[in-house]
Amino acid sequence: MKAVIVGCGRVGAALADRLARTGHDVTILDTSTRAFERLPADFAGQAVRGNGIDEDVLRRAGLAGADVFVALTEGDNRNVLMAQLARETFAVPRVIAKVNDPVRAEAYAALGLATLGRTTILRDAILDYLGEPVDGVRGVQPPTGHDHPLEARPAPESPALATGARPGPATPPGEV
Amino acid sequence: MYIIVVGGGKVGYYLTKELLQAGHEVVLLEKHPPRAAQIADELGSIVLNLDGCEGQSLARAGAKRADIVAAVTGDDEDNLVVCQMAKHHFSVPRAIARVNNPKNEELFRHLGVDEIISPTRTILGAIEQDIPVHELLHLAELEGGDLEVIEAQIEAGSPAVGRRSREITLPDGCSLFILIRDEVAQPIRPETIFQAGDKVIAITRTECEAALREELIGTAATAR
Repeated sequence: MKAVIVGCGRVGAALADRLARTGHDVTILDTSTRAFERLPADFAGQAVRGNGIDEDVLRRAGLAGADVFVALTEGDNRNVLMAQLARETFAVPRVIAKVNDPVRAEAYAALGLATLGRTTILRDAILDYLGEPVDGVRGVQPPTGHDHPLEARPAPESPALATGARPGPATPPGEV
Repeated sequence: MYIIVVGGGKVGYYLTKELLQAGHEVVLLEKHPPRAAQIADELGSIVLNLDGCEGQSLARAGAKRADIVAAVTGDDEDNLVVCQMAKHHFSVPRAIARVNNPKNEELFRHLGVDEIISPTRTILGAIEQDIPVHELLHLAELEGGDLEVIEAQIEAGSPAVGRRSREITLPDGCSLFILIRDEVAQPIRPETIFQAGDKVIAITRTECEAALREELIGTAATAR
């Protein structure tokens, strides 16, 4: 599968390396080239410097045609914006956003995004280790609802567009 | 009218002041404590030191009975989250977002933001009124600068559209060289008919550039 990951912190770097090692096509983005030092020297994927909340940057990183998008920056809102761009503009089938604020995570799960946040993951892992009751150790929280029509739209490159399907966002002139 | 403004930068500050003067009920949310304190000194208790992206902050600001939420921080992602929380969790009738990257406008609209204000787009529009939309693009100089290789973009409305290459009167010293259509380069023959969207690579003497521009791009392209 083809995966695009934004945020080359410890989690992003480890995830990218693991996926690349098992033969997946991986591209990881970060605004800082220094962040790429976390990747091993023999990293088999691609590292691209750029800001993942910029649609053009995501397009250059090959998001159209990706199977998975993971937003792992330190900003909940940035992750939420990128994840929705990935879903709405690039029609990526599986999108995961890190949202550390549990309230926001729940809200966006209801809006159709898969979310994960260290607050609940760590809390539940510790409670579980201590033998305290937990709702069940949860990792990625799958979408819980669709109050909002977050249906996938055809990507600008999609052949569906030529057959009169719902249009994606207008491609700005000069952007292909 | 009850209005919640999120973001106490220059835009949020002046917006709040104007709304208060117009007699509206306004609350301003600003997450940075020093800035919140600074505005509160002047505007009073309507300034709350809260992060408007948090659901709890919007609840404390009374989002449930708000008529409008205006998210005017400098960060597009924060403005989007404020508007989505306002619409989907508090059923605020009208959510307004400031958008800095014009490319985000479409996404915000699709995600249910009612009104999108893009200062970048507005300024861009003002600038584009004053400059020609398309100029000749200089690609290279030849013969010590006497000759130039240029690219002209043919738009709808250009005098060249629908005409054959041989029907276009070119100044002496100009020759049309290659046509790029749908990303494919092809030679320009006398029978080639130009279409909107074509790019023409031409060689011209420097002094003939204006005449060539008139033939390929036209004078009307300078939108005023």
